Amino acid sequence: MGDRGNSGAGMAGNEREQRRNLPPLRLHVPEPRFRPGDVADFSDLEIPAAGMMPRPDEGADAATMRDLAYGLVRVLDEDGQAVGAWDPKLPPETLLRMLRAMALTRAFDQRMFRAQRQGKTSFYMKSTGEEAVSVAAAAALASDDMCFPSYRQQGVLIARGWPIIDMMNQIYSNKGDRLKGRQLPIMYSAREASFFSISGNLATQYPQAVGWAMASAARGDTRIAATWCGEGSTAEGDFHSACIFASVYRAPVILNVVNNQWAISSFSGFAGAEATTFAARAIGYGIAGLRIDGNDALAVHAATRWAADRARANHGPTLIEHFTYRAEGHSTSDDPSAYRSADEGSQWPLGDPIARLKQHCIALGIWDEDRHAAMDKELAEEVRDAAREAEKNGILGHGLHHPMETMFEDVFEEMPWHLKEQQQAMLDEWKAAGL
Amino acid sequence: MSMIQAINSALDVMMERDPDVVVMGEDVGYFGGVFRATAGLQAKYGKNRVFDTPITEIGIIGVAIGMGAYGLRPVPEIQFADYIYPALDQLVSEAARLRYRSAGEFIAPMTVRSPFGGGIFGGQTHSQSPEGIFTHVSGIKTVIPSTPYDAKGLLIAAIQDNDPVIFFEPKRIYNGPFDGHYDRPAKSWAGHPGAMVPAGYYRVPLGQARTVREGEALTILCYGAMEHVVESTVSEMGVDAEIIDLRTLVPLDIEAVERSVKKTGRCLIVHEATRTSGFGAELSALVQERCFYHLEAPVERVTGFDTPYPHSLEWAYFPGPVRIGEAINKIMRD
Repeated sequence: MGDRGNSGAGMAGNEREQRRNLPPLRLHVPEPRFRPGDVADFSDLEIPAAGMMPRPDEGADAATMRDLAYGLVRVLDEDGQAVGAWDPKLPPETLLRMLRAMALTRAFDQRMFRAQRQGKTSFYMKSTGEEAVSVAAAAALASDDMCFPSYRQQGVLIARGWPIIDMMNQIYSNKGDRLKGRQLPIMYSAREASFFSISGNLATQYPQAVGWAMASAARGDTRIAATWCGEGSTAEGDFHSACIFASVYRAPVILNVVNNQWAISSFSGFAGAEATTFAARAIGYGIAGLRIDGNDALAVHAATRWAADRARANHGPTLIEHFTYRAEGHSTSDDPSAYRSADEGSQWPLGDPIARLKQHCIALGIWDEDRHAAMDKELAEEVRDAAREAEKNGILGHGLHHPMETMFEDVFEEMPWHLKEQQQAMLDEWKAAGL
Repeated sequence: MSMIQAINSALDVMMERDPDVVVMGEDVGYFGGVFRATAGLQAKYGKNRVFDTPITEIGIIGVAIGMGAYGLRPVPEIQFADYIYPALDQLVSEAARLRYRSAGEFIAPMTVRSPFGGGIFGGQTHSQSPEGIFTHVSGIKTVIPSTPYDAKGLLIAAIQDNDPVIFFEPKRIYNGPFDGHYDRPAKSWAGHPGAMVPAGYYRVPLGQARTVREGEALTILCYGAMEHVVESTVSEMGVDAEIIDLRTLVPLDIEAVERSVKKTGRCLIVHEATRTSGFGAELSALVQERCFYHLEAPVERVTGFDTPYPHSLEWAYFPGPVRIGEAINKIMRD
């Protein structure tokens, strides 16, 4: 008797008998290589030497460069020398400007992380170890190229010279916050810096960036768009929708995937890293895919400039996987020691992006340890002074926020009756309560 | 003009007037849309302004947000409202909140057109009325026309609006009004006063209801295809009802609602969408809050049932003359 009942698991007894010799099915659930207490060892990780990957022409057909999605574009070698076809040959002032912006980003992160721990704000997210991904990319783009960042690209704003005090006001949600205290800390928006409002919803910025780029193309503009998401977010439907749109319309957009190995406590295997690379996602869409050393500022700069030139010449989008490591927790609400080996970060074979660029500048003879130490001290003072200045506008939860009634503004261009009523009712209630 | 022609005309007028207006969606370009709403537009305005899209509603709306942020004024089509759900995150978390979260730095002006509602044997995947999902979202406007004249004027106003607008088109009345008698021959719009549509530009402002019929006995609040079913039911019964076509659910014309209910003392709400947490519940609460001392009878609702939209039993589900008539009798008895 075949059971065609509710479970769907029914099977006639004799049918089951006949299949007895088949091996049972097994579900594969990925598991990261190291957990707390394990000794992290990345010696078997395939890291090609710097300078090994070819650099195709910006206009080359995506089908001719599939190897680049599986390799690793690297420029800085172990001795801090820039080698190979991808060396962007940047002038000293550009190198030092990038180094300073990366160091400022790190100093800013340290200061703001501490501010959250001191109870001055609710939340913070560091980008420690990933500074090259945003700073070097911003350096390679034009200042009016539109960036659609995720929440770990504060380096883009800093590299574009945005005032850090403005960012701090946003983090403190104080009366100086241009966003009127409406956004979670670090969800910046800076139209003047061509930096799109950050969302907490993962990968939503991806199709938005493609749409912006399509509009720019339809208008015969020269500006392009760039967007970033984490490797975990590539599982979102928005990511795939964006890729298909970018491919179909050859949108002038750079799609960055920051593969920092961890999505909160889920390692990259849960986004498909055991099966393929993230750059290889590009191949199925027929777009150029580059997998690069995300801790190598020169590789990031070179790949971004290549993708930008490609987009500007109407050759369409590029997907860049920045292979990097999230050196700290996901956010101030996260404790990575609970799920990953404590020495992963120190064992990470691609080193630290600031240390590597510093080594390169010293090797070129344009920088030295003393100047670097002096810069670090100067930047620490700069963020300290900016934080003190920002704190004069208030810190979260200490009353120096925008007036209560502003909660109802900007929901619509013009406030409809129901919001006016709710606004008035709230003010009346507070007044009646003597507050 | 039929409602489809009126919608096509609104798009044409706005594309002519404003080079920022772009039309996008599945099958809207060369083919002109599965309902012909975008017919001829690509030939007239070119592929940069009217283009087909991949079948991904997330992508269509996400891309439209980016285009709006750039400075264009996209009019994306979602082929059926039943397929808008994949785009909910982009609509609810992004389009509706972009102005607010960026304190006005970035806006997402867009008008999302989508055919909705039943009465065409579309089954549960081509018949739903999801307007209540959107009226529940802060920062998005919801507009539903019931005549060709309103469809064109409201669509023009929606496209010019700087806030994101969901524009639900009642597909049952695309080609003619519907009295709810499914066993009678279909009517065309010819001769209907609402089908007198000027060729050029005009606006029907958002947030203003239309009094379809003045009356003293009771107030009936409705919108979309239901407006016609209500109208014919009222005339068949000979009851002196005041019929208010809301036209815009958010922002709602509360003054029109309040004025009418205070005058008649009785209120019936009719919509095709499912009952629980439907927009009728909001209307009922508002009427109760504002008109309580004027009410002679409980506020009643005639709605779709809280089931998925059926196929073979469509006419039992669809609020027709029988159900509306019974509700009117009940209210008048109280």
